Amino acid sequence: MKTTLYANLRKKNIAITLIVSLAPLLLLGGTIYHQFVQMYKEKIEEQIRYRVAGQTEAVDLFLKERTAVLSAMAALHTLEDLKDEQRLSRVFEIINSSAGAFVDLGVIDQVGKHLTYIGPYNLKGLNYYHEGWFEMIMNRGVFISDVYMGFRRLPHFIIAVRRQENQKTWILRATIDPVIFGGILRSAWVGKTGDAFLVDKNGILQTQPRFNGRTLETSNLDTSLFGGGITIFEKENEQGGKRFYAGKWLQNEQWLMVISQEMQEEMSGLFASRNVQIIIILSGVLAIVLTTIFTTNQTVNRLKHFDHKMNKLNAQLVQSDKLAALGKMAAGVAHEINNPLAVIIQKTGWIEDLLLEEDFQHSKNLKEFKESLHKIEEHVERAKKVAHNMLGYARRMEPRLEDVDVNVTLDQTIGLLENFARTNNIKITKVFAADIPITAGEQSKLQQVFFNLITNAIDAIGKNGEIIVESEHKNSVIQVRIIDNGPGIPKEIQPKVFDPFFTTKQTGKGTGLGLWVCYNIINTMGGSIELRSATGKGTTFFVRIPVVIPEKK
Amino acid sequence: MESFRMLVVDDEQDFLETVVKRLKKRKIDTTGVLSGEAALELVKESFFDVVILDIKMPGGIDGIETLREIKKLQPLTEVILLTGHGSIETSIEGMKLGAFDYVLKPIKLEDLLKKLGQALESKNVHDQKIRSARIKEILRFPGEVLDRQED
Repeated sequence: MKTTLYANLRKKNIAITLIVSLAPLLLLGGTIYHQFVQMYKEKIEEQIRYRVAGQTEAVDLFLKERTAVLSAMAALHTLEDLKDEQRLSRVFEIINSSAGAFVDLGVIDQVGKHLTYIGPYNLKGLNYYHEGWFEMIMNRGVFISDVYMGFRRLPHFIIAVRRQENQKTWILRATIDPVIFGGILRSAWVGKTGDAFLVDKNGILQTQPRFNGRTLETSNLDTSLFGGGITIFEKENEQGGKRFYAGKWLQNEQWLMVISQEMQEEMSGLFASRNVQIIIILSGVLAIVLTTIFTTNQTVNRLKHFDHKMNKLNAQLVQSDKLAALGKMAAGVAHEINNPLAVIIQKTGWIEDLLLEEDFQHSKNLKEFKESLHKIEEHVERAKKVAHNMLGYARRMEPRLEDVDVNVTLDQTIGLLENFARTNNIKITKVFAADIPITAGEQSKLQQVFFNLITNAIDAIGKNGEIIVESEHKNSVIQVRIIDNGPGIPKEIQPKVFDPFFTTKQTGKGTGLGLWVCYNIINTMGGSIELRSATGKGTTFFVRIPVVIPEKK
Repeated sequence: MESFRMLVVDDEQDFLETVVKRLKKRKIDTTGVLSGEAALELVKESFFDVVILDIKMPGGIDGIETLREIKKLQPLTEVILLTGHGSIETSIEGMKLGAFDYVLKPIKLEDLLKKLGQALESKNVHDQKIRSARIKEILRFPGEVLDRQED
């Protein structure tokens, strides 16, 4: 039950300490990480926004330049001039050297007929009247087509300008080099995953994207998501990763510039710092957990130790309290017994006195009377002994301190008992330490203690055995051990052996006061007396006496 | 043994009666009283060589107080304290107040008589000393210190 108590305490302590110390750490770590992610995202968005804006501007400028050059050429020449292939070729050279990226150049009349053509394809004479763009250019004046295959079966787009000359309307039309145009977008293919491409309103790819799809295929982008200005969003790709998309409509509102980048790549710096953060936090957590377990274990163990000590002290206290109370009671009882005993002995004496008188000398039972009186006296004597032993405890004469040599005292005591032991075939072995100091005390009392303990040992053995009497000195305490190889004291009666009137001897043989007196004598000296015993193995009594340095005379 | 007078003081009537009877039977001039007060009354009137005095007498004045008064009234009277309990401190106190000795109850009459004998012997020595001291005093011997001998 006690063990569970400590285990619970340990668990509670660890749990509370961990919660209190880890919660702020994790909260702080989480918050910092979240803030960091937020900041990082903002930074990335800022970057991608900047890129899409710059790229859109570049494409817009490209188209504006080409349109302006064509418009200028159309304005500076008449239809008649440009019907001349040589003149047209000259114009083609000029526009290619000033602006560049033109693949071909042609003049178309108002009914859609290709009048003159300079370029790699043989398109002269073709009629565009039914082409969708032809009608648009006739209506708008300036026109940039979507990318289409056209007669040449290659994706391309054209820029066309209309010229009104007297009654005639004609068109100057040029094809833009898709490779050069695509190069502008390719310059925005940043890093390993960066992509940039154009789509039309229907999501048809106008340039070759870096990944997924070819020109004129449908992209999987919903163009309606992109409003005015710059639109940024995240989208999951097929691999489960996330991709940033940023888009802006060109000035002609016909094409959408799309820039995209894998989040993983953009955030790699963030992820690296996140990993460092996680490692730091994990080591912190580990350190806290280990420290908590260690300190809790230490605390609980200390507590256990002190509890154990306290329990032991309490038990001692209870024992000495009990004995003190019993002592008082015993003294009271002894007193109450002594008075009647005094009367009995006087009355007996009086009868004896009277029996001496002449009248009784011839009584036939005189001998019986005398014997009975003698027995009464004998038993009063026995009762008196018990009472005086009890009173001995209550006596508190000022101790007369004298120089006591414990070894000598033991020697003398053993000397008194040696014959008794020998007749019972019990060997008494002396193992005395030579360094036992002289202590101030009452030799007679100490002798009484040793006498009682050794007598008990002899009685316990009965016949045939050994008693070892040891003395040693350690840390200002003299310890005497009296070890017998008798039958031992059963565990259940061990706590009772120091109680007064407790005896295992036959009625009339022991008063049950021997160990009680020993306990009190040693206690008064500030020492302690303990026993260790195992049934069948024997008993050891430990007497510990603090060394009192005798006063110099 | 020259003739002497003795007083026994004990509140236990059975004890007192029997002891007095037995002492008288041994031709000792003995008086018995049941309380300290009664004892003091007697001591005021006449001299006793030895007083056997029970220390614990509930009710009236106790043995120690009685002893103190007896010693005031009759310094030459020897007092043997009788104690039924383990109050040795009290007995020692009594000795300091001038009691001759103390004996523990229950005691056989023979033992009590032995103690009595010792007391009388001491009393004689004591009286002798006092006598010689007086003589010395009269002869103006300076600085003789008197001390009590216990045996």
